[in-house]
Amino acid sequence: MKREAVVTGVGVVAPGGIGAAAFWDMLTAGRTATRGITLFDPAGYRSRIAAEVDFDPAAHGLDEQRTARMDRYVQFAAVAAAEALADSGAPLAGVPPWRVGVSMGTAVGGTTRLDREYAVTSRGGADWVVDHTATAPHSHLALMPSTLSGEIAELVGARGPVRTVSTGCTSGLDAVGYAAQAVEDGLADVVVAGAAESPISPIAMACFDAIKATSDSNDDPGRASRPFDRHRNGFVMGEGAAVLVLEEASAARRRGARVRCRVAGFANHGNAFHMTGLRREGTEMARAVTTALDHARRSATDVDYVNAHGSGTVQNDRHETDAVKRALGEHARRVPMTSIKSMVGHSLGAIGSIELVACVLAMDTGVVPPTANLATPDPECDLDYVPVTAREHRTDVVLSVGSGFGGFQSAVVLDRGE
Amino acid sequence: MTMVITGLGTVSPAGTGTDAYWAALVEGRTLLTPIPDVGARGYPVRLGGRVPGFDPYEHIEGRYVVRTDAFSWFAMVASDEALRDSGVDVAADPYATGVLICSGSGGNEFGQRELAALWGRGPEFVGPYQSIAWFYAASTGQVSISNGLKGMCGVLTTDEPGMLDALGQSRQALRRGTPAMLVGGSDAALGSPFALATQLGSGVLSEGGDPGTAYAPFTEGACGFVPAEGAAVALVEDAATARARRARVRAVVAGHASTFGGVGAFDPGGEGLLRAAEEAMRRAGVGPEGVDVVFADAVGLPKADADEVAALRRLFPDGVAVTAPKAGFGRAYAGAGALDVAAAVLSLEHQVVPPTPHVPDAPLGLDLVTRVARPARLRSALVLSRGVGGGNSALVLQHPDHV
Repeated sequence: MKREAVVTGVGVVAPGGIGAAAFWDMLTAGRTATRGITLFDPAGYRSRIAAEVDFDPAAHGLDEQRTARMDRYVQFAAVAAAEALADSGAPLAGVPPWRVGVSMGTAVGGTTRLDREYAVTSRGGADWVVDHTATAPHSHLALMPSTLSGEIAELVGARGPVRTVSTGCTSGLDAVGYAAQAVEDGLADVVVAGAAESPISPIAMACFDAIKATSDSNDDPGRASRPFDRHRNGFVMGEGAAVLVLEEASAARRRGARVRCRVAGFANHGNAFHMTGLRREGTEMARAVTTALDHARRSATDVDYVNAHGSGTVQNDRHETDAVKRALGEHARRVPMTSIKSMVGHSLGAIGSIELVACVLAMDTGVVPPTANLATPDPECDLDYVPVTAREHRTDVVLSVGSGFGGFQSAVVLDRGE
Repeated sequence: MTMVITGLGTVSPAGTGTDAYWAALVEGRTLLTPIPDVGARGYPVRLGGRVPGFDPYEHIEGRYVVRTDAFSWFAMVASDEALRDSGVDVAADPYATGVLICSGSGGNEFGQRELAALWGRGPEFVGPYQSIAWFYAASTGQVSISNGLKGMCGVLTTDEPGMLDALGQSRQALRRGTPAMLVGGSDAALGSPFALATQLGSGVLSEGGDPGTAYAPFTEGACGFVPAEGAAVALVEDAATARARRARVRAVVAGHASTFGGVGAFDPGGEGLLRAAEEAMRRAGVGPEGVDVVFADAVGLPKADADEVAALRRLFPDGVAVTAPKAGFGRAYAGAGALDVAAAVLSLEHQVVPPTPHVPDAPLGLDLVTRVARPARLRSALVLSRGVGGGNSALVLQHPDHV
């Protein structure tokens, strides 16, 4: 029989909501977690706003030894993974550790720690050959993002294929897509999959300042992330993590697990056009959607909800709108399509997994989260973005799309199985 | 489905191109040189395997050079060679070829320059290309863009084993409708003193100053490895596709497996590498008698070396030829596994096992090929790799005539 991957547990650490319940409460209330940056002093930066997580590692059982070793994004992942495993029941009971994998995404990994280390060891940028004696003991872990999946593997006791996926802003979708493929192809029976990011650092904010990709609505941070709105002016940086427990479907049913959904289809493509630019037509994203639907053996008209990339840049919103129209045809106008980045910001590599958790919760509860701050739609963006207020809406088949630097376009289809 | 390699490209401390790489391997040449500037500042690690005399403008269009770090240059140049070598007509269907270039640590030198601008001058001095040059996905993105490749695109950051895992991942892509994948590993950390400084506390880098002894795996004097830079890229496709277009098959990718050995460098549990090798051989359908050469991980740390020797004894009770050509040029992070895969392909092709430089005699009861290259009948090669993050991978490659 064909092997399939199903989701049996979710966990999330998001701005404004740690834990799936708080996260969902926030999203369905349409609250925004974007605010002035507190993690460092942003004076002198163009964009001084972000969606931050109020996070106390000790409150989540992370001792000092772990917090010294783990960068902030790894700590987020550890908390989300623990929640996902608990939510799933006992997915690892009786499964040999060699059959348990980990697939975690991150776009920029430990760069926040590297940035801090650099400032110290270079004496504020004065020395090219930095003072090696001033480095912290665990700084090599910040250099190598493989530490993310390694720490999660250790936490869950995985000894099978353990991977960190780093395709920029599609990492969070790709990590889950690869995990599903690993289950389908028999490389593992359980894969703990997700993504994490903590990019709210001077270097990351300066990077996006330099290309004006981030919003400079510093005076109105709560309403700064405005995907599909005529007055949007860029994305708002976010942070966080999400983890999903993927199991082989028949094994999950045998142990009586609550099967939340199936990871039915996944595809990604490069647009082979530009590292940051997008062609308006969205051909490659549309192709990823079509391929993912084909793998799921679903047609375009089966899709009940589209979780948009919806970053809130002009080129993204138009590109994505056209791509979804191209892939779903007339049906695109009938299906709600929303961007939770309006509320939790854009946490780069993590957001794809955070959005997938939102999709699972939408299927669970029959509610679609809104696109907050959408007051005046861009006339070029003419789909049903569910402005401001959540909507009761039964969802059986979800499409989640992502788009990232490098030209990567990804699509994941979740459904309730056949 | 049988997955085959039909194109190969390398940028290594032997220079640009697989011919230069193979020539250095067969001779067992020493390619370790002092890392500029850091010795004077008292860094305990002074030697590296640098790509000599690499001028990106000789190989890459200027508009790409200015917006990329050296790790992407190496990936782009190795990709060009692999594409040329394969003869694939990528323009015929842009969606038919995907890209998966692994990195261990991203665009370090470019990143350090921009960090210097930020902290030395202010946020407004960070350039527009930092956002696309520093991150781990830069190489896959630029290889996709510069060659017009729209197939499945990915990036794994699984340290040294990256290339082996990328080949495993490619099988998943090929099964799902991407007919060909350009797969590689590339890293270049030696141009950034900051990247080197962050690693000095990890205890895995050799502090030796003599290129002849600094990296001597499997010997009593083993004291860590010498870091290197470089890339290798392979074009893989389904054997049927390759046959249909009459491509030259350079090697068959017969089996891959990966395991996790615990948090810490190089399989701290000591059992993961063995397990990965057993599973890769099972998936390839070969027993110990079917493997003619092992490209060892050869970290050059006593425990890691002893673990690997123990694993090899378990896997091959009757012995097997083992080699570690990287002792001549160092470990290039994500480029390390990739260059080992390239070495194994070339070894199968030439029916010659290159020697392990800097190791005068086969130690620890191992049939380590030392001093001179050994001609041999080679049907299959096993490549072993462990990462600083705890991942272990094994890959079985076969000569196309022996499948």
